[in-house]
Amino acid sequence: MLRTPFHQYHVDRGGKMVDFAGWELPIMYRSIHEEHHQVRTAGAMFDVSHMGRLKISGRHVRRFLERVLTRRVSDMKELTCRYSLICNAKGGVVDDVIVYRFADYWMLVVNASNRAKVIDHLNASIGDMVLKIEDQTQSTAMVALQGPKVMEYISGLSKEVPTLARYAFCIKNYLIVKLAISRTGYTGEDGIEIILPSATASMALKLLVREKPDAGEGGSWVSKPAGLGARDTLRMEAGMPLYGHELNDDIDPLSAGLKFAVSLDKHTFENSERFIGQDALELIAKEGPKRKLVGLKLDGRRTARQGMGVLVKDQTVGAVTSGCLSPTLDYPIAMAYLEADKSEVGGAVAVDLGGSKVDAQIVPLPFYKRAK
Amino acid sequence: MGAASPTDRRYLASHEWHKPEGGLVTVGVSQFAVDELTDITFLDIKKKVGSTVKAGESFGEIESVKATSELYSGVAGEVAAVNEAAIKNPAVINQDPYGQGWLIKLKPADASQIEKLLSGADYDKGHS
Repeated sequence: MLRTPFHQYHVDRGGKMVDFAGWELPIMYRSIHEEHHQVRTAGAMFDVSHMGRLKISGRHVRRFLERVLTRRVSDMKELTCRYSLICNAKGGVVDDVIVYRFADYWMLVVNASNRAKVIDHLNASIGDMVLKIEDQTQSTAMVALQGPKVMEYISGLSKEVPTLARYAFCIKNYLIVKLAISRTGYTGEDGIEIILPSATASMALKLLVREKPDAGEGGSWVSKPAGLGARDTLRMEAGMPLYGHELNDDIDPLSAGLKFAVSLDKHTFENSERFIGQDALELIAKEGPKRKLVGLKLDGRRTARQGMGVLVKDQTVGAVTSGCLSPTLDYPIAMAYLEADKSEVGGAVAVDLGGSKVDAQIVPLPFYKRAK
Repeated sequence: MGAASPTDRRYLASHEWHKPEGGLVTVGVSQFAVDELTDITFLDIKKKVGSTVKAGESFGEIESVKATSELYSGVAGEVAAVNEAAIKNPAVINQDPYGQGWLIKLKPADASQIEKLLSGADYDKGHS
């Protein structure tokens, strides 16, 4: 199993280590719910080094990215990021990614479970273009600091970071530690994600994490890391898709409610071409998706799990993709794909928990929005 | 990994413990099970007080952030008590699985049946 540069840090803090897409990572340290609340009320650090980081450079990089990404990226300013999808020719999602535009190269942050598949897909899409794809997943590391107090906390390290717009990033040099700090995240909270060289990971940790409660105003909370369990319940509350649940090779982004990340007009811009999957997505856009991703609020206290049927009058109209007892809302929530004409917000459905059924209501996504 | 399971009780390989206490047998889930389940979110005891449970029969279900599992009794008997506090607040099972996080108390049909279950040491061998 692969280990991140923070492996010892996790073990020292009692992290319960599990296999996640071939990486040994903490599912939790103390309690998933406690770590969840820590992020919603103050902040916590996540090791997200398992996410794949692919550096792409060379003469045809822009043309290439417009070919493989569903969302236009040529207009991105330096030091900004953008959420996009990579689709196959059928319009199914190969992966959902964050695109970073550095001054002289680009980077795709991809799902750990899809890294090899994405690299194959990218290599197969190069054609006669001149470019270089470098997998920097193991030569770099990545952490996320997420929570309403992160900006206040990080202002002790940098005055610039709290001024970053959402999806902007900056490069900071501290002695030999070089950090790319972006105002991004996967929790529904304000916060940052940091990419750094693996070799400087332990030094960076000393810069970023205060271990002692007397480390100053707002300095004590971040000594508590959070694990993958909390990361999952946080992203569910924020209505964010997870590959393998809400997205896969057979699900298109329009059904998933990700229209904002699909630029069907990108070929009309100069030096751009049609993207892989565009034909299929144009057809789906014209006819309307046959199924739609919805949010469900369940009665009772039980958790709906991936694959459980969703019923209207005892007829199966869809299936659950993710579910949990929402730690913030204190009721069970789930995401599910339903037949498009049964997916209206406010609709009454039932979830088949296997042996018993529970009533549920279709509610808007996200379930949780942070206070601005 | 983890500390040895308490030796004052007997276990099923499916991670339930059974502790004889003054003519009754208290049933709960082990620390190992709790660690594997992560945060427990829901406890359902299907068997009511006064009903009977067979050895190897399911008496309820437990749900966590990670999974849903059936709960089994290793001994036959009549349900004498159900831990209503744990139903109301399942987190108590995470906090104190061998104490306040107990699940049910049984009046055993055969007091010697518990001896056939796994000892703490044998139970630990099964998942080390």
